Amino acid sequence: MELPSKHITEAVEQLATLPGIGRKTALRLALHLLKQNKDEVERFAGSFINMRNKIQFCRSCHNISDNEICSICNNPKRNKKFICVVEDMRDVIAIENTRQFFGIYHVLGGIISPVDGIGPSDLNIDSLVEKVQKGEVNEIVLALSTTMEGDTTNYYLFKRLKEFNISISTIARGVAVGDDLEYTDELTLGKSILNRIPYENSFVKS
Amino acid sequence: MFLKKISLFNFKNYSEAQFDFSEDINCFSGNNGVGKTNLLDAIHYLSFCKSYFNSTDYLNIRHGSDFFILQGDFVNESKEETIYCSASINQRKIFKKNKKEYSRLSEHIGLFPSVVISPEDTNLIHEGSRARRKFLDSVISQFNKTYLENLINYNKALEQRDALLKNFAESGKFDLSSLLIWNKPLIENGDEIYQKRKEFLKIFIPVFQKYFKIISGGAEPVSLDYQSGLNQNSLQTLLDETIIADRNAQRTTSGIHKDDLIFKLGGHPLKTIGSQGQQKSFIIAMKLAQFECIKEIKKFCPILLLDDIFDKLDHNRINSLMNLVSTHHFGQIFITNTEEKKIREIFKKIKIDLKLFKIGENKNET
Repeated sequence: MELPSKHITEAVEQLATLPGIGRKTALRLALHLLKQNKDEVERFAGSFINMRNKIQFCRSCHNISDNEICSICNNPKRNKKFICVVEDMRDVIAIENTRQFFGIYHVLGGIISPVDGIGPSDLNIDSLVEKVQKGEVNEIVLALSTTMEGDTTNYYLFKRLKEFNISISTIARGVAVGDDLEYTDELTLGKSILNRIPYENSFVKS
Repeated sequence: MFLKKISLFNFKNYSEAQFDFSEDINCFSGNNGVGKTNLLDAIHYLSFCKSYFNSTDYLNIRHGSDFFILQGDFVNESKEETIYCSASINQRKIFKKNKKEYSRLSEHIGLFPSVVISPEDTNLIHEGSRARRKFLDSVISQFNKTYLENLINYNKALEQRDALLKNFAESGKFDLSSLLIWNKPLIENGDEIYQKRKEFLKIFIPVFQKYFKIISGGAEPVSLDYQSGLNQNSLQTLLDETIIADRNAQRTTSGIHKDDLIFKLGGHPLKTIGSQGQQKSFIIAMKLAQFECIKEIKKFCPILLLDDIFDKLDHNRINSLMNLVSTHHFGQIFITNTEEKKIREIFKKIKIDLKLFKIGENKNET
Protein backbone atom coordinates (compact mmCIF):
# COMPACT_ATOMS: atom_id res chain seq x y z
CA MET A 1 0.00 0.00 0.00
CA GLU A 2 1.64 3.21 -1.23
CA LEU A 3 0.63 6.27 0.85
CA PRO A 4 1.21 9.93 -0.05
CA SER A 5 2.76 10.86 3.30
CA LYS A 6 5.41 9.12 5.37
CA HIS A 7 3.72 10.39 8.55
CA ILE A 8 0.53 8.59 7.64
CA THR A 9 2.52 5.50 6.74
CA GLU A 10 4.14 5.58 10.18
CA ALA A 11 0.77 6.00 11.94
CA VAL A 12 -0.80 3.20 9.92
CA GLU A 13 2.08 0.87 10.70
CA GLN A 14 1.74 1.60 14.41
CA LEU A 15 -2.03 1.10 14.46
CA ALA A 16 -1.65 -2.16 12.54
CA THR A 17 0.42 -3.60 15.41
CA LEU A 18 -2.74 -3.76 17.54
CA PRO A 19 -4.50 -7.13 17.77
CA GLY A 20 -7.37 -7.54 15.28
CA ILE A 21 -6.36 -4.50 13.19
CA GLY A 22 -5.17 -4.96 9.62
CA ARG A 23 -3.62 -2.37 7.34
CA LYS A 24 -6.92 -1.29 5.79
CA THR A 25 -8.61 -0.71 9.13
CA ALA A 26 -5.47 1.04 10.33
CA LEU A 27 -5.66 3.44 7.40
CA ARG A 28 -9.32 4.15 8.11
CA LEU A 29 -8.53 4.93 11.75
CA ALA A 30 -5.58 7.13 10.81
CA LEU A 31 -7.69 9.13 8.36
CA HIS A 32 -10.38 9.50 11.01
CA LEU A 33 -7.85 10.92 13.47
CA LEU A 34 -6.64 13.31 10.78
CA LYS A 35 -10.11 14.80 10.56
CA GLN A 36 -10.27 15.56 14.29
CA ASN A 37 -9.05 18.65 16.16
CA LYS A 38 -5.41 18.67 17.16
CA ASP A 39 -6.08 18.79 20.91
CA GLU A 40 -8.60 15.98 20.66
CA VAL A 41 -5.97 13.79 19.06
CA GLU A 42 -3.43 14.84 21.64
CA ARG A 43 -5.74 13.85 24.46
CA PHE A 44 -6.40 10.56 22.68
CA ALA A 45 -2.72 9.71 22.23
CA GLY A 46 -1.79 11.03 25.66
CA SER A 47 -4.18 8.66 27.37
CA PHE A 48 -2.16 5.66 26.17
CA ILE A 49 1.14 7.14 27.27
CA ASN A 50 -0.39 7.94 30.63
CA MET A 51 -1.81 4.46 30.98
CA ARG A 52 1.48 2.79 30.16
CA ASN A 53 3.52 5.05 32.45
CA LYS A 54 1.28 5.31 35.47
CA ILE A 55 -0.28 1.90 35.86
CA GLN A 56 1.45 -0.52 38.15
CA PHE A 57 0.79 -3.95 39.55
CA CYS A 58 -0.58 -4.21 43.08
CA ARG A 59 2.19 -5.35 45.43
CA SER A 60 -0.22 -7.54 47.32
CA CYS A 61 -2.40 -9.22 44.69
CA HIS A 62 -0.62 -8.42 41.37
CA ASN A 63 -3.79 -6.96 39.89
CA ILE A 64 -3.55 -3.85 37.73
CA SER A 65 -3.64 -0.79 39.95
CA ASP A 66 -3.18 2.98 40.08
CA ASN A 67 -1.29 2.82 43.34
CA GLU A 68 1.17 0.51 45.02
CA ILE A 69 -1.76 -1.28 46.62
CA CYS A 70 -4.90 -1.68 44.52
CA SER A 71 -8.30 -0.34 45.51
CA ILE A 72 -9.64 -3.79 46.38
CA CYS A 73 -6.77 -4.70 48.68
CA ASN A 74 -6.98 -1.21 50.22
CA ASN A 75 -10.70 -1.39 50.90
CA PRO A 76 -11.22 -1.78 54.70
CA LYS A 77 -14.55 -3.51 54.12
CA ARG A 78 -12.93 -6.47 52.29
CA ASN A 79 -11.97 -9.56 54.20
CA LYS A 80 -8.18 -9.79 53.84
CA LYS A 81 -8.11 -13.33 55.20
CA PHE A 82 -10.20 -14.70 52.36
CA ILE A 83 -8.32 -14.96 49.03
CA CYS A 84 -9.65 -15.83 45.59
CA VAL A 85 -6.93 -17.09 43.22
CA VAL A 86 -7.47 -16.21 39.53
CA GLU A 87 -5.56 -16.44 36.29
CA ASP A 88 -5.58 -12.80 35.15
CA MET A 89 -7.24 -9.42 35.74
CA ARG A 90 -10.16 -10.19 33.42
CA ASP A 91 -11.24 -12.85 35.91
CA VAL A 92 -11.10 -10.26 38.69
CA ILE A 93 -13.50 -8.05 36.72
CA ALA A 94 -15.81 -11.00 36.05
CA ILE A 95 -15.97 -12.02 39.71
CA GLU A 96 -16.31 -8.41 40.90
CA ASN A 97 -19.36 -8.08 38.65
CA THR A 98 -21.06 -10.95 40.50
CA ARG A 99 -21.01 -8.88 43.76
CA GLN A 100 -20.80 -12.18 45.63
CA PHE A 101 -17.20 -12.05 46.77
CA PHE A 102 -15.95 -9.83 49.56
CA GLY A 103 -12.46 -11.10 50.10
CA ILE A 104 -9.38 -10.07 48.13
CA TYR A 105 -7.79 -11.54 45.00
CA HIS A 106 -4.51 -13.07 44.00
CA VAL A 107 -3.68 -12.84 40.29
CA LEU A 108 -1.36 -15.64 39.12
CA GLY A 109 -0.69 -14.14 35.70
CA GLY A 110 -1.39 -17.39 33.83
CA ILE A 111 -1.62 -21.14 34.37
CA ILE A 112 1.06 -23.81 34.31
CA SER A 113 1.63 -24.98 30.74
CA PRO A 114 5.06 -26.32 29.78
CA VAL A 115 3.97 -26.41 26.11
CA ASP A 116 3.81 -22.60 26.24
CA GLY A 117 6.95 -22.47 28.32
CA ILE A 118 5.13 -21.48 31.53
CA GLY A 119 6.28 -23.21 34.69
CA PRO A 120 5.34 -22.54 38.34
CA SER A 121 8.26 -20.11 38.75
CA ASP A 122 6.86 -17.88 35.96
CA LEU A 123 3.68 -17.29 37.95
CA ASN A 124 2.95 -15.27 41.11
CA ILE A 125 2.86 -18.37 43.32
CA ASP A 126 5.66 -17.76 45.82
CA SER A 127 4.09 -14.51 47.03
CA LEU A 128 0.83 -16.38 47.70
CA VAL A 129 2.63 -19.08 49.69
CA GLU A 130 4.46 -16.34 51.62
CA LYS A 131 1.17 -14.69 52.56
CA VAL A 132 -0.19 -17.99 53.83
CA GLN A 133 3.05 -18.72 55.70
CA LYS A 134 2.76 -15.41 57.56
CA GLY A 135 -0.66 -16.53 58.76
CA GLU A 136 -2.44 -13.74 56.92
CA VAL A 137 -4.95 -16.11 55.32
CA ASN A 138 -7.83 -18.26 56.59
CA GLU A 139 -9.42 -19.43 53.39
CA ILE A 140 -8.47 -19.77 49.73
CA VAL A 141 -10.85 -20.37 46.83
CA LEU A 142 -9.25 -21.47 43.57
CA ALA A 143 -11.10 -19.92 40.61
CA LEU A 144 -9.11 -21.10 37.59
CA SER A 145 -10.36 -22.36 34.21
CA THR A 146 -12.01 -25.76 34.36
CA THR A 147 -9.58 -27.20 31.81
CA MET A 148 -7.05 -29.96 32.39
CA GLU A 149 -4.28 -27.32 32.70
CA GLY A 150 -6.40 -25.30 35.15
CA ASP A 151 -7.02 -28.40 37.25
CA THR A 152 -3.33 -29.25 37.24
CA THR A 153 -2.44 -25.74 38.39
CA ASN A 154 -5.04 -26.11 41.16
CA TYR A 155 -3.37 -29.37 42.15
CA TYR A 156 0.07 -27.73 42.25
CA LEU A 157 -1.25 -24.90 44.45
CA PHE A 158 -2.99 -27.39 46.70
CA LYS A 159 0.26 -29.34 47.13
CA ARG A 160 2.12 -26.17 48.08
CA LEU A 161 -0.57 -24.97 50.49
CA LYS A 162 -1.99 -28.11 52.12
CA GLU A 163 0.56 -28.18 54.98
CA PHE A 164 -0.83 -24.91 56.33
CA ASN A 165 -3.92 -24.88 58.45
CA ILE A 166 -6.29 -23.11 56.05
CA SER A 167 -9.37 -24.16 54.16
CA ILE A 168 -8.89 -24.57 50.39
CA SER A 169 -11.79 -24.90 47.96
CA THR A 170 -12.43 -24.62 44.21
CA ILE A 171 -15.37 -22.98 42.48
CA ALA A 172 -18.25 -25.42 41.82
CA ARG A 173 -18.67 -27.13 38.45
CA GLY A 174 -22.13 -27.98 37.19
CA VAL A 175 -25.29 -26.89 35.47
CA ALA A 176 -25.47 -23.17 34.73
CA VAL A 177 -28.15 -21.21 36.59
CA GLY A 178 -31.35 -20.79 34.57
CA ASP A 179 -30.45 -23.55 32.07
CA ASP A 180 -32.72 -26.32 30.87
CA LEU A 181 -31.25 -29.70 31.71
CA GLU A 182 -31.88 -31.07 28.22
CA TYR A 183 -29.57 -28.46 26.69
CA THR A 184 -26.74 -29.03 29.15
CA ASP A 185 -23.79 -30.90 27.68
CA GLU A 186 -23.40 -34.49 28.89
CA LEU A 187 -20.08 -34.02 30.64
CA THR A 188 -21.20 -31.06 32.72
CA LEU A 189 -24.48 -32.77 33.61
CA GLY A 190 -22.61 -35.96 34.54
CA LYS A 191 -20.22 -33.98 36.77
CA SER A 192 -23.07 -32.16 38.48
CA ILE A 193 -24.70 -35.46 39.37
CA LEU A 194 -21.44 -36.84 40.74
CA ASN A 195 -20.84 -33.61 42.71
CA ARG A 196 -24.43 -33.13 43.87
CA ILE A 197 -25.01 -30.88 46.89
CA PRO A 198 -27.32 -31.30 49.89
CA TYR A 199 -30.65 -29.58 49.27
CA GLU A 200 -30.35 -27.32 52.33
CA ASN A 201 -27.20 -25.79 50.81
CA SER A 202 -28.77 -25.19 47.42
CA PHE A 203 -30.56 -21.94 48.27
CA VAL A 204 -28.71 -19.06 46.67
CA LYS A 205 -27.87 -16.40 49.19
CA SER A 206 -28.33 -13.10 47.51
CA MET B 1 -31.61 -46.32 7.82
CA PHE B 2 -30.40 -46.35 4.21
CA LEU B 3 -29.08 -44.09 1.47
CA LYS B 4 -31.65 -43.70 -1.29
CA LYS B 5 -29.86 -41.42 -3.65
CA ILE B 6 -26.55 -39.65 -4.00
CA SER B 7 -25.38 -36.92 -6.35
CA LEU B 8 -21.79 -35.93 -6.83
CA PHE B 9 -20.40 -32.76 -8.39
CA ASN B 10 -16.65 -32.37 -8.96
CA PHE B 11 -15.92 -35.06 -6.36
CA LYS B 12 -12.63 -36.83 -7.12
CA ASN B 13 -12.91 -38.16 -10.70
CA TYR B 14 -16.64 -37.46 -11.03
CA SER B 15 -17.66 -34.28 -12.80
CA GLU B 16 -21.35 -34.86 -12.33
CA ALA B 17 -23.18 -38.06 -11.43
CA GLN B 18 -26.29 -39.35 -9.73
CA PHE B 19 -27.18 -42.79 -8.40
CA ASP B 20 -30.39 -44.29 -7.01
CA PHE B 21 -29.64 -47.11 -4.61
CA SER B 22 -31.37 -50.26 -3.46
CA GLU B 23 -32.19 -50.65 0.19
CA ASP B 24 -30.29 -53.95 0.22
CA ILE B 25 -27.21 -54.80 -1.80
CA ASN B 26 -25.62 -52.41 -4.30
CA CYS B 27 -22.63 -53.35 -6.35
CA PHE B 28 -20.26 -51.12 -8.35
CA SER B 29 -18.30 -52.85 -11.08
CA GLY B 30 -15.87 -51.51 -13.63
CA ASN B 31 -12.21 -51.40 -14.57
CA ASN B 32 -9.38 -50.02 -12.47
CA GLY B 33 -9.46 -46.29 -12.01
CA VAL B 34 -13.06 -45.63 -13.08
CA GLY B 35 -14.07 -44.43 -9.61
CA LYS B 36 -15.68 -47.35 -7.75
CA THR B 37 -13.84 -46.65 -4.52
CA ASN B 38 -14.38 -42.90 -4.96
CA LEU B 39 -18.09 -43.53 -4.94
CA LEU B 40 -17.78 -45.50 -1.68
CA ASP B 41 -15.69 -42.67 -0.31
CA ALA B 42 -18.42 -40.17 -1.20
CA ILE B 43 -20.83 -42.21 0.94
CA HIS B 44 -18.26 -42.32 3.72
CA TYR B 45 -17.86 -38.56 3.43
CA LEU B 46 -21.58 -38.00 3.95
CA SER B 47 -21.44 -40.27 6.98
CA PHE B 48 -18.29 -38.98 8.73
CA CYS B 49 -17.77 -35.51 7.20
CA LYS B 50 -14.42 -36.67 5.86
CA SER B 51 -12.78 -38.96 3.38
CA TYR B 52 -11.64 -42.43 4.41
CA PHE B 53 -8.39 -41.90 2.50
CA ASN B 54 -7.45 -38.18 2.30
CA SER B 55 -7.57 -36.21 5.48
CA THR B 56 -7.21 -32.95 3.56
CA ASP B 57 -10.55 -31.86 2.12
CA TYR B 58 -9.35 -30.12 -1.01
CA LEU B 59 -7.59 -33.28 -2.20
CA ASN B 60 -11.08 -34.67 -2.88
CA ILE B 61 -11.88 -31.91 -5.37
CA ARG B 62 -11.69 -32.92 -9.03
CA HIS B 63 -8.53 -31.71 -10.74
CA GLY B 64 -9.05 -28.31 -12.30
CA SER B 65 -12.11 -27.29 -10.24
CA ASP B 66 -12.14 -25.40 -6.98
CA PHE B 67 -15.03 -26.99 -5.10
CA PHE B 68 -17.12 -30.14 -4.82
CA ILE B 69 -20.69 -30.82 -3.76
CA LEU B 70 -22.15 -34.05 -2.41
CA GLN B 71 -25.79 -34.56 -1.70
CA GLY B 72 -27.36 -37.67 -0.21
CA ASP B 73 -30.99 -38.56 0.49
CA PHE B 74 -31.13 -40.85 3.51
CA VAL B 75 -34.26 -42.59 4.69
CA ASN B 76 -34.56 -43.05 8.43
CA GLU B 77 -37.69 -44.76 9.75
CA SER B 78 -39.57 -43.76 6.59
CA LYS B 79 -38.56 -40.13 7.04
CA GLU B 80 -36.43 -38.66 4.27
CA GLU B 81 -33.45 -36.48 5.20
CA THR B 82 -31.27 -34.63 2.74
CA ILE B 83 -27.64 -34.13 3.60
CA TYR B 84 -25.75 -31.51 1.63
CA CYS B 85 -22.03 -31.06 1.76
CA SER B 86 -19.73 -28.71 -0.07
CA ALA B 87 -16.04 -28.01 0.26
CA SER B 88 -13.90 -25.62 -1.67
CA ILE B 89 -10.24 -24.68 -1.80
CA ASN B 90 -10.57 -21.41 0.07
CA GLN B 91 -13.59 -21.82 2.31
CA ARG B 92 -14.47 -24.11 5.17
CA LYS B 93 -16.67 -27.06 4.36
CA ILE B 94 -20.39 -26.76 4.83
CA PHE B 95 -22.72 -29.53 6.02
CA LYS B 96 -26.47 -29.10 5.93
CA LYS B 97 -29.31 -31.36 6.98
CA ASN B 98 -32.59 -30.52 5.25
CA LYS B 99 -31.13 -27.18 4.14
CA LYS B 100 -30.18 -26.16 7.68
CA GLU B 101 -26.49 -25.83 8.38
CA TYR B 102 -24.99 -27.65 11.38
CA SER B 103 -23.27 -25.40 13.86
CA ARG B 104 -20.84 -28.21 14.67
CA LEU B 105 -19.88 -31.18 12.50
CA SER B 106 -19.96 -33.40 15.58
CA GLU B 107 -23.74 -32.99 15.56
CA HIS B 108 -23.82 -34.83 12.25
CA ILE B 109 -21.32 -37.62 12.88
CA GLY B 110 -23.18 -40.64 14.18
CA LEU B 111 -26.58 -39.83 12.65
CA PHE B 112 -25.89 -41.92 9.54
CA PRO B 113 -23.09 -44.23 10.65
CA SER B 114 -21.16 -46.48 8.30
CA VAL B 115 -18.42 -49.10 8.49
CA VAL B 116 -15.79 -49.43 5.76
CA ILE B 117 -13.84 -52.57 4.97
CA SER B 118 -11.03 -51.68 2.60
CA PRO B 119 -7.71 -53.22 1.48
CA GLU B 120 -6.00 -50.36 3.34
CA ASP B 121 -7.20 -51.81 6.63
CA THR B 122 -4.34 -54.29 6.67
CA ASN B 123 -2.28 -51.38 8.02
CA LEU B 124 -3.87 -52.36 11.35
CA ILE B 125 -1.70 -55.47 11.16
CA HIS B 126 1.47 -54.04 9.67
CA GLU B 127 1.77 -50.56 11.14
CA GLY B 128 2.75 -49.63 14.66
CA SER B 129 0.58 -49.83 17.74
CA ARG B 130 -0.79 -46.33 17.11
CA ALA B 131 -3.07 -47.62 14.30
CA ARG B 132 -4.54 -50.30 16.59
CA ARG B 133 -5.09 -47.89 19.47
CA LYS B 134 -6.77 -45.51 17.04
CA PHE B 135 -9.16 -48.26 15.93
CA LEU B 136 -9.98 -49.14 19.54
CA ASP B 137 -10.39 -45.49 20.56
CA SER B 138 -12.59 -44.57 17.62
CA VAL B 139 -14.97 -47.49 18.27
CA ILE B 140 -15.26 -46.78 22.01
CA SER B 141 -15.60 -43.00 21.65
CA GLN B 142 -18.47 -43.50 19.23
CA PHE B 143 -20.74 -44.45 22.11
CA ASN B 144 -18.90 -43.15 25.15
CA LYS B 145 -18.44 -39.37 25.31
CA THR B 146 -16.71 -39.56 28.68
CA TYR B 147 -14.10 -41.88 27.17
CA LEU B 148 -13.40 -39.33 24.46
CA GLU B 149 -13.06 -36.59 27.08
CA ASN B 150 -10.67 -38.76 29.11
CA LEU B 151 -8.65 -39.44 25.99
CA ILE B 152 -8.40 -35.75 25.05
CA ASN B 153 -7.35 -34.78 28.58
CA TYR B 154 -4.85 -37.63 28.80
CA ASN B 155 -3.23 -36.58 25.54
CA LYS B 156 -3.08 -32.94 26.62
CA ALA B 157 -1.44 -33.87 29.92
CA LEU B 158 0.97 -36.13 28.05
CA GLU B 159 1.90 -33.30 25.70
CA GLN B 160 2.52 -30.98 28.68
CA ARG B 161 4.60 -33.55 30.54
CA ASP B 162 6.67 -34.31 27.43
CA ALA B 163 7.22 -30.59 26.82
CA LEU B 164 8.41 -30.25 30.41
CA LEU B 165 10.83 -33.19 30.05
CA LYS B 166 12.20 -31.53 26.92
CA ASN B 167 12.57 -28.20 28.78
CA PHE B 168 14.52 -29.99 31.53
CA ALA B 169 16.89 -31.46 28.99
CA GLU B 170 17.42 -28.16 27.21
CA SER B 171 17.89 -26.03 30.32
CA GLY B 172 19.77 -28.66 32.30
CA LYS B 173 17.49 -28.01 35.28
CA PHE B 174 15.33 -30.74 36.75
CA ASP B 175 12.41 -30.04 39.05
CA LEU B 176 10.73 -33.20 40.28
CA SER B 177 7.73 -31.50 41.87
CA SER B 178 6.65 -29.74 38.69
CA LEU B 179 6.99 -33.03 36.80
CA LEU B 180 4.92 -34.96 39.33
CA ILE B 181 1.88 -32.69 39.10
CA TRP B 182 1.30 -33.95 35.55
CA ASN B 183 1.07 -37.52 36.84
CA LYS B 184 -2.28 -36.69 38.40
CA PRO B 185 -4.22 -35.97 35.18
CA LEU B 186 -2.41 -38.87 33.49
CA ILE B 187 -3.46 -41.28 36.24
CA GLU B 188 -7.02 -39.97 36.61
CA ASN B 189 -7.74 -40.21 32.90
CA GLY B 190 -5.43 -43.14 32.12
CA ASP B 191 -7.06 -45.44 34.71
CA GLU B 192 -10.50 -44.74 33.24
CA ILE B 193 -9.26 -45.35 29.70
CA TYR B 194 -7.63 -48.64 30.70
CA GLN B 195 -10.78 -49.87 32.45
CA LYS B 196 -13.01 -48.89 29.51
CA ARG B 197 -10.71 -50.55 26.99
CA LYS B 198 -10.68 -53.74 29.04
CA GLU B 199 -14.46 -53.76 29.49
CA PHE B 200 -15.05 -53.07 25.82
CA LEU B 201 -12.71 -55.84 24.65
CA LYS B 202 -14.47 -58.32 26.92
CA ILE B 203 -17.60 -57.77 24.82
CA PHE B 204 -15.85 -57.20 21.50
CA ILE B 205 -13.57 -60.25 21.36
CA PRO B 206 -16.30 -62.97 21.42
CA VAL B 207 -18.20 -61.15 18.65
CA PHE B 208 -15.02 -60.89 16.62
CA GLN B 209 -14.27 -64.59 17.15
CA LYS B 210 -17.79 -65.52 16.10
CA TYR B 211 -17.40 -63.70 12.79
CA PHE B 212 -13.95 -65.06 12.11
CA LYS B 213 -15.28 -68.57 12.66
CA ILE B 214 -18.12 -68.00 10.18
CA ILE B 215 -15.81 -66.60 7.48
CA SER B 216 -13.02 -69.14 7.87
CA GLY B 217 -15.25 -72.15 8.52
CA GLY B 218 -13.82 -72.52 12.01
CA ALA B 219 -10.39 -73.62 10.85
CA GLU B 220 -8.15 -71.49 13.07
CA PRO B 221 -8.60 -70.14 16.61
CA VAL B 222 -7.95 -66.39 16.80
CA SER B 223 -7.47 -63.94 19.64
CA LEU B 224 -6.89 -60.28 20.40
CA ASP B 225 -4.61 -59.79 23.40
CA TYR B 226 -4.78 -56.45 25.16
CA GLN B 227 -1.23 -55.53 26.05
CA SER B 228 -0.82 -52.78 28.61
CA GLY B 229 1.63 -51.91 31.33
CA LEU B 230 -1.42 -51.47 33.52
CA ASN B 231 -2.14 -55.20 33.33
CA GLN B 232 0.65 -55.74 35.88
CA ASN B 233 1.08 -52.43 37.69
CA SER B 234 -0.88 -49.32 38.52
CA LEU B 235 -0.12 -46.29 36.38
CA GLN B 236 1.20 -44.59 39.52
CA THR B 237 3.83 -47.30 39.97
CA LEU B 238 4.70 -47.29 36.29
CA LEU B 239 5.23 -43.52 36.21
CA ASP B 240 7.32 -43.66 39.39
CA GLU B 241 9.48 -46.46 37.99
CA THR B 242 10.19 -44.80 34.66
CA ILE B 243 11.19 -41.31 35.82
CA ILE B 244 14.85 -41.86 34.91
CA ALA B 245 13.96 -43.44 31.57
CA ASP B 246 11.57 -40.55 30.88
CA ARG B 247 14.30 -38.01 31.59
CA ASN B 248 16.68 -39.75 29.20
CA ALA B 249 14.11 -40.18 26.46
CA GLN B 250 12.69 -36.65 27.02
CA ARG B 251 9.19 -38.08 26.84
CA THR B 252 6.84 -40.19 28.93
CA THR B 253 7.73 -43.83 28.31
CA SER B 254 4.93 -45.58 30.19
CA GLY B 255 1.17 -45.25 30.18
CA ILE B 256 -1.87 -46.15 28.15
CA HIS B 257 -0.41 -44.38 25.10
CA LYS B 258 1.88 -47.42 24.84
CA ASP B 259 -0.94 -50.00 24.89
CA ASP B 260 -1.27 -52.41 22.01
CA LEU B 261 -3.53 -55.13 20.69
CA ILE B 262 -1.73 -58.31 19.72
CA PHE B 263 -3.40 -60.17 16.88
CA LYS B 264 -2.95 -63.91 17.18
CA LEU B 265 -3.75 -66.81 14.91
CA GLY B 266 -3.58 -70.26 16.48
CA GLY B 267 -1.54 -68.75 19.32
CA HIS B 268 1.07 -67.19 17.01
CA PRO B 269 1.43 -63.59 15.83
CA LEU B 270 -0.77 -62.98 12.80
CA LYS B 271 1.70 -60.53 11.32
CA THR B 272 4.36 -63.18 10.76
CA ILE B 273 2.50 -66.43 10.24
CA GLY B 274 -0.82 -65.34 8.70
CA SER B 275 -1.30 -65.65 4.93
CA GLN B 276 -2.74 -62.64 3.11
CA GLY B 277 -6.14 -64.31 3.00
CA GLN B 278 -6.03 -65.08 6.71
CA GLN B 279 -4.97 -61.54 7.53
CA LYS B 280 -7.78 -60.16 5.43
CA SER B 281 -10.33 -62.49 7.08
CA PHE B 282 -9.05 -61.32 10.46
CA ILE B 283 -9.58 -57.66 9.60
CA ILE B 284 -13.02 -58.32 8.11
CA ALA B 285 -14.08 -60.11 11.29
CA MET B 286 -12.89 -57.13 13.35
CA LYS B 287 -14.81 -54.68 11.20
CA LEU B 288 -17.96 -56.78 11.31
CA ALA B 289 -17.67 -56.91 15.08
CA GLN B 290 -17.38 -53.11 15.05
CA PHE B 291 -20.51 -53.05 12.89
CA GLU B 292 -22.37 -55.15 15.44
CA CYS B 293 -21.27 -52.89 18.30
CA ILE B 294 -22.61 -49.81 16.53
CA LYS B 295 -25.82 -51.63 15.63
CA GLU B 296 -26.27 -52.65 19.26
CA ILE B 297 -25.94 -49.04 20.45
CA LYS B 298 -27.81 -47.25 17.67
CA LYS B 299 -30.55 -49.89 17.42
CA PHE B 300 -30.26 -49.74 13.63
CA CYS B 301 -27.77 -50.94 11.02
CA PRO B 302 -24.93 -48.71 9.86
CA ILE B 303 -24.23 -48.69 6.11
CA LEU B 304 -21.66 -51.32 5.18
CA LEU B 305 -19.08 -50.26 2.58
CA LEU B 306 -17.06 -53.17 1.19
CA ASP B 307 -14.16 -52.10 -1.00
CA ASP B 308 -12.60 -54.86 -3.11
CA ILE B 309 -13.61 -57.42 -0.53
CA PHE B 310 -13.17 -60.54 -2.68
CA ASP B 311 -9.54 -59.90 -3.41
CA LYS B 312 -7.19 -62.46 -1.77
CA LEU B 313 -10.04 -64.57 -0.33
CA ASP B 314 -10.73 -68.12 -1.51
CA HIS B 315 -14.11 -69.27 -2.86
CA ASN B 316 -15.28 -70.81 0.38
CA ARG B 317 -14.54 -67.67 2.35
CA ILE B 318 -16.18 -65.42 -0.22
CA ASN B 319 -19.32 -67.55 -0.18
CA SER B 320 -19.58 -67.74 3.59
CA LEU B 321 -18.90 -64.00 3.85
CA MET B 322 -21.58 -63.08 1.31
CA ASN B 323 -23.98 -65.54 2.86
CA LEU B 324 -23.34 -63.88 6.20
CA VAL B 325 -23.79 -60.29 5.08
CA SER B 326 -26.89 -61.00 3.05
CA THR B 327 -28.75 -63.13 5.58
CA HIS B 328 -27.52 -61.67 8.82
CA HIS B 329 -29.53 -58.45 8.78
CA PHE B 330 -26.69 -56.22 7.76
CA GLY B 331 -28.92 -53.56 6.26
CA GLN B 332 -27.74 -51.63 3.24
CA ILE B 333 -24.49 -52.78 1.65
CA PHE B 334 -22.25 -51.34 -1.04
CA ILE B 335 -19.68 -53.57 -2.76
CA THR B 336 -17.03 -52.75 -5.34
CA ASN B 337 -15.51 -55.29 -7.70
CA THR B 338 -13.73 -55.23 -11.05
CA GLU B 339 -15.56 -58.22 -12.54
CA GLU B 340 -19.24 -57.99 -13.07
CA LYS B 341 -19.49 -61.68 -13.98
CA LYS B 342 -17.90 -62.85 -10.75
CA ILE B 343 -20.34 -60.80 -8.69
CA ARG B 344 -23.36 -62.09 -10.57
CA GLU B 345 -22.19 -65.68 -10.07
CA ILE B 346 -21.63 -65.29 -6.35
CA PHE B 347 -25.02 -63.77 -5.74
CA LYS B 348 -26.78 -66.17 -8.08
CA LYS B 349 -25.36 -69.06 -6.11
CA ILE B 350 -26.70 -67.71 -2.81
CA LYS B 351 -29.94 -66.49 -4.41
CA ILE B 352 -29.75 -62.88 -3.30
CA ASP B 353 -30.93 -59.95 -5.41
CA LEU B 354 -28.60 -57.10 -6.01
CA LYS B 355 -28.57 -53.83 -7.87
CA LEU B 356 -25.58 -53.60 -10.16
CA PHE B 357 -24.01 -50.37 -11.31
CA LYS B 358 -21.52 -50.43 -14.16
CA ILE B 359 -19.15 -47.58 -13.53
CA GLY B 360 -17.51 -46.54 -16.76
CA GLU B 361 -16.80 -43.51 -18.86
CA ASN B 362 -20.40 -42.40 -18.69
CA LYS B 363 -20.86 -41.81 -14.97
CA ASN B 364 -24.64 -41.72 -15.00
CA GLU B 365 -25.09 -45.30 -16.12
CA THR B 366 -27.04 -47.55 -13.80
